[in-house]
Amino acid sequence: MKELKIDATVQNLDEVLAFLDGELEGMDCPMKEQMQLDVAVEEIFVNIASYAYEPGTGYALIQIKELDAPKRVQVTFIDEGVPYDPLQKEDPDITLSAEERQIGGLGIYMVKQSMDNIYYEHKDNKNVLTIEKNI
Amino acid sequence: MTINKTQNGNELVISLTGRLDTTTAPQLDDELKTALDGVQKLSFDFSGLEYISSAGLRVLLSAQKVMNKQGSMIVKNVSEEISEIFEVTGFVDILTIE
Repeated sequence: MKELKIDATVQNLDEVLAFLDGELEGMDCPMKEQMQLDVAVEEIFVNIASYAYEPGTGYALIQIKELDAPKRVQVTFIDEGVPYDPLQKEDPDITLSAEERQIGGLGIYMVKQSMDNIYYEHKDNKNVLTIEKNI
Repeated sequence: MTINKTQNGNELVISLTGRLDTTTAPQLDDELKTALDGVQKLSFDFSGLEYISSAGLRVLLSAQKVMNKQGSMIVKNVSEEISEIFEVTGFVDILTIE
């Protein structure tokens, strides 16, 4: 398992994605799955950076693991911000027209659609969100 | 990300190269605030676009809303990976993809 503890700020997004991509390369992750994981990690990290510690700041701990049977990547996000379970967020209505569409709410929906597993727990005053993608 | 604009009368082609994500989407958003004035036909060329996240989708959605009022907008040369993102988010029905 590899981990990165970093200030949860949008400015650190590039560093987070570089960490992820470096790990995925070592796992021979196919391009398509890499992009889906990049999008998922961006959406989740930016959420933590934008809301978890508002109006203050804090850390995000990101752990990446390769698991077997089936071969998959597991990414866990840990923060000590306000308790927030993104899986409880209602899905946006993706059948609406451009005029009716709300700007926002799409990020976590994209994560739910593209990952094979996703789970949340609130443990020891921490938000722990885990995503898994078969590769 | 690099933004390349080619204007011909009231037609504007915007070619994007690189990644349209949380960090770069505000750049495109700023550009569009002024670039769309008087434009009736807007085309996005995505042949050089490698990646899009929800921040990028938001900018495309607001461009589509502007263009619905003043003309038309098309998106062309979309990669397979980005097409899939348009599909799961329902953007295939909002955008005109060629």
